[in-house]
Amino acid sequence: MTEIALDLSEDVTVLRRARRQRLQDVAFRTATLFFAVLVLLILGGVAVALIDGAMPAIRAFGVGFVTTEVWNPVTDQFGALAPIYGTLVTAAIAMLVGIPVSFGIALFITEMCPTWLKRPLGIAIELLAGIPSIIYGIWGLFVFAPFMQSTVQPFLIDTVGQLPVLENIFMGPPYGIGVLTAGLILGIMVLPFITSITRDVFETVPPMVRESAYGLGATTWEVVWNVVLPYTRTGVVGGVMLGLGRALGETMAVTFVIGNAHRISSSILAPGTTISASIANEFTEAVGDVYTSALIAMGLILFFITFVVLSAAKFMLIRLQRKAGA
Amino acid sequence: MTTTNFEPTGTPGRNAAINPAIAMSPTAGLPEGRVGNRSRAGLAEKISVRNLDFYYDGYRALKDISLPLYDRQVTAFIGPSGCGKSTLLRILNRMYDLYPKQKATGEVLLDGNNILSPKQDLNLLRARVGMVFQKPTPFPMSIYDNIAFGVRLYEKLSKSEMNDRIEYSLRRAALWDEVKDKLRQNGMSLSGGQQQRLCIARAIAVKPSVLLLDEPTSALDPISTAKCEELVDELRSDYCIAIVTHNMQQAARVSNFTAFMYLGELIEFGDTESIFTNPAKEKTSEYITGRFG
Repeated sequence: MTEIALDLSEDVTVLRRARRQRLQDVAFRTATLFFAVLVLLILGGVAVALIDGAMPAIRAFGVGFVTTEVWNPVTDQFGALAPIYGTLVTAAIAMLVGIPVSFGIALFITEMCPTWLKRPLGIAIELLAGIPSIIYGIWGLFVFAPFMQSTVQPFLIDTVGQLPVLENIFMGPPYGIGVLTAGLILGIMVLPFITSITRDVFETVPPMVRESAYGLGATTWEVVWNVVLPYTRTGVVGGVMLGLGRALGETMAVTFVIGNAHRISSSILAPGTTISASIANEFTEAVGDVYTSALIAMGLILFFITFVVLSAAKFMLIRLQRKAGA
Repeated sequence: MTTTNFEPTGTPGRNAAINPAIAMSPTAGLPEGRVGNRSRAGLAEKISVRNLDFYYDGYRALKDISLPLYDRQVTAFIGPSGCGKSTLLRILNRMYDLYPKQKATGEVLLDGNNILSPKQDLNLLRARVGMVFQKPTPFPMSIYDNIAFGVRLYEKLSKSEMNDRIEYSLRRAALWDEVKDKLRQNGMSLSGGQQQRLCIARAIAVKPSVLLLDEPTSALDPISTAKCEELVDELRSDYCIAIVTHNMQQAARVSNFTAFMYLGELIEFGDTESIFTNPAKEKTSEYITGRFG
């Protein structure tokens, strides 16, 4: 061989192959673009369908729909305040319980866990995430709610229920089912999601950064609080938001244990309802356009709440990043 | 085991005078052993490693290492990748303790106390033995907080004292002039070389007595490397410094003593001048002339 560079420009098969590769590339790019646009189309379609379905209710009740508590299918009077309230409160309870526990589990797995326990714990978390919500529902109704009724709720009523301000939140007879029970079940349900995402992002902290902090004499807590958490802020917020999204929208398990009462009580031991629970419960029995439309309008509100929550999270992240950068 | 014919120098005070002969080292050509003994007179032994073995899950990564690290001297560790240089460094602040299945036997005396003893408080040890890594590892916080982080762990300083400490550390790390107007900016926004000097400043800020540098310039450009080397030269007057490097010239430039390691063993330890001009061992000579490694 004396020639070093092959002259390819004359070779017909090579030219043909180059042309084919170009075409493949264009096809591939177009296909991925199509899929990406599809997401926007589906999202837009859902929004349009919800708005369209909700129109009769919006026309009938206007803004009053979200500010009134009355829910009377007989007189066709519908207000979504109670389900909105129930949705927000159960989700808040779920987050209150779920976030610290999930962080604790994720930090234990990434920072302190002996190697032999890591895999079993990881698998257990994944299994927990895989349990269908109906199972949480029946477990909640037949096992957890009686336990709440016989043990936890009486205890709460007798202790914190006797304190000046808290008595409003922890009062009434121990029904077992109710807002608190639903919130706790939701807390258990979001736990594996938040845990597995935060665990994954905690593991993205480079060992050297971790070691640098330990190298200055920091304790595990100081390393986690000052280095690991700030380093993984975005991912952690993402994990929490995923959990919150699930808590807001979860239907089946909540329907089993919340009591499905369209009313707002100051006590979290009392029965209540959430948006998704009332939709699921009442859709089959909704007679008349306004009733159906009111349920769809609640779906639209849930859609909106989720959107606001996600936007707020993004906004918070941007602000945090700006604060850290400036 | 070879030329580590040092004698424990009793209980050395931190302020032992430095023998000026070290800095000049007009010793080329003299027999290694004699040079070693003479030039080390008057040096304080900050750390004494004695019969140290190290195991990664049963694999013996360090074999019977014994050597001294002198106060106010720079000791370089050279040797091909995987020879155990970094492992040795990570024993000196017990960083290996973070990981399961790693275990060291033997003795490492820091000012006469065995730091391998289970009774050793790890956080206090690490506050006394600072470490800088291959890659810059700024924390995700401001330049100011990066340095204040370590200080706040062990000292309660007033705002002005803290400001002074931060200026002092940044000046020692030759970074002050570049960052004094943007101390509130995120440490990760600095260039690689600046980040590494920030890490050195962070290590100095907690006032350690030993500095461990694990290939501190391997990710830096030549100019930043030169700055870091100057810095090591500058810091020599206050600290006992151990530096791991793959760059032989760097070892020759910055260190007073050099340890050559190969396959987990300490092949040769002596003052840098002799190691580089007149090594006692064939292996050392082969490595520094680039015949393997």
